[in-house]
Amino acid sequence: MSKEEIYERLNKVFQDVFDDDTITVNENTTADDIEDWDSLEHINLVSAVEQEFAIKFTMAQVVGMKNVGEMVDIIMTSN
Amino acid sequence: MRELEYPFNSEYILKKSKSIKKQLLAEQTQRVPKKIAVLGGSTTHDIIRMLEVFLLDNGISPSFYESEYGMYWQDAMFENAKLQEFSPDIIYIHTNNRNITDYPSISDSAEEVEQKLENVYHHFEVMWERLRETYHCPIIQNNFELPFYRILGNKDASDIHGRIRFLNRLNEKLYRYAETHDNFFINDIQYLSACYGLDKWSDPFFWHMYKYALCLPAIPYLAFNISNIIKSIYGKNKKALVLDLDNTLWGGIVGDDGVENLEIGQETSMGQVFMEFQNYVKEQKKLGVLLNVNSKNEYENALAGLNHPDGILKPDDFIIIKANWEPKSKNIEEIARELNILPESMVFVDDNPAEREIVKSQIPGSAVPEIGTPEQYIRILDHSGFFEVTKLSEDDMHRNEMYQANALRAKQQNSFADYGEYLKSLEMKAQIGPFEPIYMARIAQLTNKSNQFNLTTRRFSQSDIESIAGDPSYLTFYGKLEDKFGDNGVVTVVIGRKEGATLHLELWLMSCRVLKRDMEYAMMDCVVEACQKAGIHTILGYYFPTAKNAMVKNFYELQGFIKESEDESGNAVWKYEIPDIYEKKNSVIDVL
Repeated sequence: MSKEEIYERLNKVFQDVFDDDTITVNENTTADDIEDWDSLEHINLVSAVEQEFAIKFTMAQVVGMKNVGEMVDIIMTSN
Repeated sequence: MRELEYPFNSEYILKKSKSIKKQLLAEQTQRVPKKIAVLGGSTTHDIIRMLEVFLLDNGISPSFYESEYGMYWQDAMFENAKLQEFSPDIIYIHTNNRNITDYPSISDSAEEVEQKLENVYHHFEVMWERLRETYHCPIIQNNFELPFYRILGNKDASDIHGRIRFLNRLNEKLYRYAETHDNFFINDIQYLSACYGLDKWSDPFFWHMYKYALCLPAIPYLAFNISNIIKSIYGKNKKALVLDLDNTLWGGIVGDDGVENLEIGQETSMGQVFMEFQNYVKEQKKLGVLLNVNSKNEYENALAGLNHPDGILKPDDFIIIKANWEPKSKNIEEIARELNILPESMVFVDDNPAEREIVKSQIPGSAVPEIGTPEQYIRILDHSGFFEVTKLSEDDMHRNEMYQANALRAKQQNSFADYGEYLKSLEMKAQIGPFEPIYMARIAQLTNKSNQFNLTTRRFSQSDIESIAGDPSYLTFYGKLEDKFGDNGVVTVVIGRKEGATLHLELWLMSCRVLKRDMEYAMMDCVVEACQKAGIHTILGYYFPTAKNAMVKNFYELQGFIKESEDESGNAVWKYEIPDIYEKKNSVIDVL
């Protein structure tokens, strides 16, 4: 899977979770950039990403993720 | 909403809950508002988010109080102005086995283990007692799920030091409390976690990352289960099963294959599956679920199939058998009419997706589960929670007999030219009086499930009913009706509030199973008699229209009331001045 494909599918997940079709993410996107992305919504988001890519993040990965770019890197290595 | 019906896709619901909620709120359905306090021993955010959509889907519009993280006990035990102001209709206590801090240690003596068990139990019991005293509302309490590891291996289950043994014993104490206290309900997460898979359910990732005691994808199952308990408490259970025959109750097509070639009974694997399903349906009947048939068949063939010697269900087990070539949606409407229940209180079970689709599209609100393949029928029907049992009254267990007696009455009615003569022939006896302790559960149940013959549609919990019964400013009436075909049990309830020489009728309802039997007139006679004794001269009746109670729009007129006022939405006030000489309205029921 290419990075572009991952971002495309990731955008859809973000749009579903935050119920906002205008959201697009890039490698520098963080929780500060999306209004409803708080620690509680983060739980739901991580779970939805796992489901989309049929992967399971480890605790260390979730704790260490600083931005969307790092999330994408983990997705790429998991596939 | 189809997405929220069992078996659902929990990940989809979690991801799309915001848009699901929007869609539900856009539906033009009436919902009862309910205030739900969630007291958690862990994070509860997504539990509330999920519970909200499932309740909205069940005709309940919830608002929530959420305890601070892990503060379930403090919130309950100490002065809590916020919760008091919220004034919950339901309290849900979401605790888990990580909330128990003092488990037995392997070096404990038997007495020490016993003491620990007592201490843990006491911690919960004082909380329930405090909540009952303070809030007078139903409490839903999780039991404890099994721990995800076993220090003692298999011995953990049998040794008094084992956590598994300890939790099972603790659960047993919870059940004993539930058995002896009304309005206390167990949310069985031990069963839920077993169905889901305990290792997945209690994945430590979710506890250590987010302080969730169950994994996120399991939360919709938890919320669905809680919503089933809540909807049952508020009388929103389904009442009847409408079953197809061919390939639903037996394998094969009776008209084509012949009775002797149907798969039912011990001979074949498929026969065994259908037999187990028939057994399951028969068990439902014993709990008061009304059984009916809706099948595309010649009537004789349908009966022949039901008389199969290895079948568990016989023609007598059903109230109405529709076996014809009419559209199934039309049959369902007729069954509803004949039983005097709403089409949406029926569950239609059919193996054929096309038939399910017709019923779904023609009968809004009907429950039509995606029943799967025969070996899945029981699980899907069972886990859907259509008939979730929160109270089991004597009436429930005899309901099928009562409806069958109704069918006999209908038959007899046809042989009388004069309706009054027919009523007299029923030899009806009524027992009418102020609320009595043994009927409180049934009275509360009636106030929550009667929709059609219900003037104000006010809902009461059992504790509301009990406090009204003890309040001298109220006159209360229940009516029980019996006739030569059987006992109908408690079928009607009236609550009047006294104010000087006036009685305000805050509630008047009757079960549709005794429509047109003059029971409402017998009640009126008793209401008037009680008013005369209490020095009341004026009775005010109220009619508040809903989507379902049009049949009683002019009820008070029939009783001799005069309309005082009516607003633009149809809310009406009716007035009755008790005459000096009151002539009894009922002449066909013998009132004891």
